[in-house]
Amino acid sequence: MTSLPQPSDVKLGLVIDLDICVGCQACATSCKEWNTGGYSAPLSDHDPYGADPSGAWLNRIHAYEVTTDTASKTVHFPRSCLHCEKPDCVTVCPTGASYKRAEDGIVLVNPDTCIGCKLCSWACPYGAREYDHDDGVMKKCTLCVDRIYNETIPEEDRVPACVKACPTGARAFGDLGDPDSAVSRNVAARDGFNLLDEFGYEPVNKYLPPRFNSVTPDQVLPAPSEPVPASNGSAIENLFAWVDRALSAKG
Amino acid sequence: MHPAYSVILFTTASGAGYGLLFWIGLAEAFGAMPGGRWIGFAMLTVALALITVGLLASTLHLGHPERALGAFSQWRSSWLSREAVAAVVTYIPAGLLWLVWLAGVDSGATPALGVAAAAGAGVTVYCTGMIYAALRTIRQWHRPVVPVIYLALASGTGALLLGLMMALAGFAVVWTLFAALVSLTAAGLLKLSYWQQNDGDPGRYTAEMATGLGHLGTVRPLDPPHSMPNFVMREMGFSVARKHALTLRRTVLICLFGGPLGLIVLSMFTPYDAGFMAIAVLAAGIGVITERWLFFAEAEHVSMLYYGAARA
Repeated sequence: MTSLPQPSDVKLGLVIDLDICVGCQACATSCKEWNTGGYSAPLSDHDPYGADPSGAWLNRIHAYEVTTDTASKTVHFPRSCLHCEKPDCVTVCPTGASYKRAEDGIVLVNPDTCIGCKLCSWACPYGAREYDHDDGVMKKCTLCVDRIYNETIPEEDRVPACVKACPTGARAFGDLGDPDSAVSRNVAARDGFNLLDEFGYEPVNKYLPPRFNSVTPDQVLPAPSEPVPASNGSAIENLFAWVDRALSAKG
Repeated sequence: MHPAYSVILFTTASGAGYGLLFWIGLAEAFGAMPGGRWIGFAMLTVALALITVGLLASTLHLGHPERALGAFSQWRSSWLSREAVAAVVTYIPAGLLWLVWLAGVDSGATPALGVAAAAGAGVTVYCTGMIYAALRTIRQWHRPVVPVIYLALASGTGALLLGLMMALAGFAVVWTLFAALVSLTAAGLLKLSYWQQNDGDPGRYTAEMATGLGHLGTVRPLDPPHSMPNFVMREMGFSVARKHALTLRRTVLICLFGGPLGLIVLSMFTPYDAGFMAIAVLAAGIGVITERWLFFAEAEHVSMLYYGAARA
């Protein structure tokens, strides 16, 4: 049923700390590795070692530059399905293949009933769903639903593959519906935020802001000025010097 | 948004087919169909063929067309599912009307079947428009005028086809020309207003909102997550140069609106010349395909904020 369920008490999701993510892509590759053999397998690639590689990935790691008045900072930015509370990717689905689980809020695609119309990917403002051209169905983050409840693997491995792989501890998995969970307390302490909150899908996944090091404006070194060669006093040199000043003043 | 040819063919062909079905149904209901049952039968066959070709084309872009039956299940929430249900339900009165005319049984039910078929055609085209208008991720589509334009264009192209076929059959049925004239004029004015609305709307969402980093400063992309475009970039990131878009808009204005409207008026005075109507249908065909291609190509998706778009 693609109508949304009542919001569940349990809201499983990820908390991603943009302050310590180093953009190493370990989460993306371990996601690919696990999910190409897990739920809704495979995750097809086309021309993976050629000139025009493409394929379905459930987790993509961007890098952005954030510029303030005084400084710039590189922010590594993992992006995957946010398992929103009110997502249209579920309601637009004509077959019921795209659904949100009532018990824990995970948004999934049933690979056996998806007709591959791609409308759910059009409805996602986060670009989190990727169509698998070989499989003919839509793929998305499953929150490793086949790991987190999997009693055949050791208990410490029952977290999403991306969380398990992160070498810096920038990714945490937990119940964001429980205000006392470790992830919820961390979100509260660090002013965690939603991506594109203005859109109103109410993402479950949260992001923790990058910290800027404590550089104050007076500590920032002034940009070095270009050395001005001495003029030999000729008319043509004076003309160029005047043109240079005139153009510089315009800028 | 990437203009998928199967979807363009579907929405234009079945749009004209539903428009034609709409006018045939109304004509039968009001006893305005000239000629014997074979005229109605032939025209209804064309309408159903266009609709069916369009619906079959629409399944071409599916990854699993063999599972399409499932698409009838989610009409409570999904406009695509509603469209599928409406399309199939519309076949019932339209098919019955076709059978009645084929068998030649003297039935008093044809006006009722005509009304039902016309209503079904309207509902189906409205659902098609709402598939796009319901998507909040694409501001160019998320407008109340979008389904109205779909309805007006289906009505206009359908009436043009009806006018051409009437002229070919040797009947001067002036109301079909007025139907085309009014529908196409309305569609043209709505389309101009649609373009004006979009040109004046740079988008509410920014890269700063998408990344949630706006409270820190301005955001620009540094490194993409991959070396080559992925599905999302190819599907949602398609864009058309402004210069080309303006040329194509002029093509739409001339081929879909100005040209056919002039030819309709000409054929009213000639009187009712099939040649003029044939040119009008041809021009409108090119125009409506261009209009639909532009509808996709000019649409910008919010997810592109993660890939370098400043606003969406």
